[in-house]
Amino acid sequence: MTSIDKNPVAPRVIVREAAAPRPRWQVWLIRPEVVTLLLLVIAAIVATRLSPFFADLGFILESSTYYIEFAIVALVLTIVIISGEIDLSPAAQMALSACLFGTAFKAGAPIPVAMGVSLLSGLVMGAFNGFFVTVLRLPSIIVTIGTLILYRGLAQVLAGDKSISGFPGWFVGIDYRMVGIVPVPVLVFIAASILLGLFLGITIYGRQIYQIGTSEIAAIHAGIRVRRIKMGLFIASGLTSSIAGLMVASRLGSVRYDLATGGELTMVLIVMLGGTYIFGGRGSILGTFLAAWLLVIIATGMTVANIAINAQLTIMGLLLIVSIIATNAIYARSQR
Amino acid sequence: MLRRNLMLAVALGATLLSGAAYAADPVSIVYIPKNTGNPYFDSIIKGFEDGCKTLGCEFTTVAPASAEATSQIPFVTAQIQRGVNVVAISPNSPDALNQVFDRARAKGTIILSVNSDMPGNETHRDAAILPVDFTKTGPSQVELLGKQIGYEGEIAILSATTDAPDQNVWIAAMKETLEKDPKYAKMKLVTIAYGDDDPQKSTTETEALLANYPNLKGIISPTTVGVAAAAQVVETAKKADKVKVVGLGTPNQMRRFIENGTVEAFQLWSPYNQGLLAANFAVGVKNGTIKNEAGTVFEVPGLGKVTVEKDSVIKTQADLTTFDKTNIADFNF
Repeated sequence: MTSIDKNPVAPRVIVREAAAPRPRWQVWLIRPEVVTLLLLVIAAIVATRLSPFFADLGFILESSTYYIEFAIVALVLTIVIISGEIDLSPAAQMALSACLFGTAFKAGAPIPVAMGVSLLSGLVMGAFNGFFVTVLRLPSIIVTIGTLILYRGLAQVLAGDKSISGFPGWFVGIDYRMVGIVPVPVLVFIAASILLGLFLGITIYGRQIYQIGTSEIAAIHAGIRVRRIKMGLFIASGLTSSIAGLMVASRLGSVRYDLATGGELTMVLIVMLGGTYIFGGRGSILGTFLAAWLLVIIATGMTVANIAINAQLTIMGLLLIVSIIATNAIYARSQR
Repeated sequence: MLRRNLMLAVALGATLLSGAAYAADPVSIVYIPKNTGNPYFDSIIKGFEDGCKTLGCEFTTVAPASAEATSQIPFVTAQIQRGVNVVAISPNSPDALNQVFDRARAKGTIILSVNSDMPGNETHRDAAILPVDFTKTGPSQVELLGKQIGYEGEIAILSATTDAPDQNVWIAAMKETLEKDPKYAKMKLVTIAYGDDDPQKSTTETEALLANYPNLKGIISPTTVGVAAAAQVVETAKKADKVKVVGLGTPNQMRRFIENGTVEAFQLWSPYNQGLLAANFAVGVKNGTIKNEAGTVFEVPGLGKVTVEKDSVIKTQADLTTFDKTNIADFNF
């Protein structure tokens, strides 16, 4: 603008008025998280109408434990997607780390040691993904589809077709340990949401992750250590997956190579429902938190109303498309 | 006129009352198959439906999309919440459901494992309804083939994988029958081939059998994939009159081969009867007319007397059902 103004050769000075700032209420209300919240409220009302058995907080919390492990990993996946990458291997990492835990236990290791093995494997698997993405610079979608198959295959090699069980009583049944009426896994999810929400929202690393997702080249020029941060995110994803795997092992009292099969899609579903932008740079932990409950309400509500599974899948699919369209529309609007 | 109206009113009232008393607590049963869209389980469901029609129980069925080990858990929890009396289930895992079953039973829900048991975890369910007495599978298959080839000549077995537990038990029983029973002394088992329950590999293995053993008289394939593949190969090679194929198959897979004469007879059990039996047993146990303990004998209309065995295992039928031209039209699964 200024350079044009100073140019004496210019025949005419083009004066453009800045658009009036959008009203504050619009900035606050028109965001993907609000859409998720609205859907959540609607889903809860519909589910209550569908079945008289639904509106029971104890039941909803108990049912939520079947999805909450995926939701916990989805929190980290949200950050990975905001940074412009994706990780499709967490469900397979859950299976492999849980099978390593089971194998170590069967080999005679005490439970804490077996848990240590499992967590360590999570770190290694995450670093393995991170190595391909940050050092060899391969696209994360291809890398993690590969490792998704690799980790699941290794789990099968390790555990075979049989399940490993016989864990001591204190380890089994994490979903049945309550604080008040809230099962422990739900508390873990809430705590993780608050911590990661703060990390992404108020720390310098959080801002840098948004910057990387918005424009990686700009981030590099701004001196952000992009590769180091991405490596950290993949390792965090692996570690969280192994924690989630251990939670499944405790809930089921047994592990098998096919544990959490298809979980990667549930995780991506949660992140997308929460309004995170698939191309990176935008999204929030709050959205993912709300979306996890949206999924719990919808799945539980339809199951307790005896709605056939094909109808359930159809509704989930439609919901996903609606939320992606809404997210895109809102971001397109705010970019104008 | 007035009196007639009064009588009508009284009669109506009585019907309403008895109707209400009846409707107050029909036993509610839900059946959870392994996954949706499997005709085998549709047959079990039909058995439940017909059973509940006569018994007056409430029946529903729900199923997960995939047969993955944990996919049935949310469904069991939802059914407990709905307050159903009996959850009949064909478990996708022998142990992943233990915890949720324990919770269901603590709330008074009866858990019946239908079509397969949970080996090693029998204490987590109330009873198991199994299709057939599996110890008779081997001998029964040998007899079915023997009858067709005049109890004489070379025979081969086409199995699933080398370590398939059911098939290996049956094959061991077949070998024993062939050795011990003088009736089968002239039947010679030349080889056992493994088709891995893969249609392509089963086809190749059968072709190899026909090529390597020109004097082969019969093939026993105790697996649904294998028997269909073997029948297809024999039909294509136009050797149906020389090589007889028997095995365990489903009527829908084998219908064509029975109708065009490639296969004379094959065997399996009736999933329909399992559903019927499970409905009768569930209602009986819930109402206290059947004791769920070893040694109990009860009558199922259409199936006769049934015994509860050790560990609350109930075998729906003693002998395998043989399917041939005369009866195959009656079955659809």
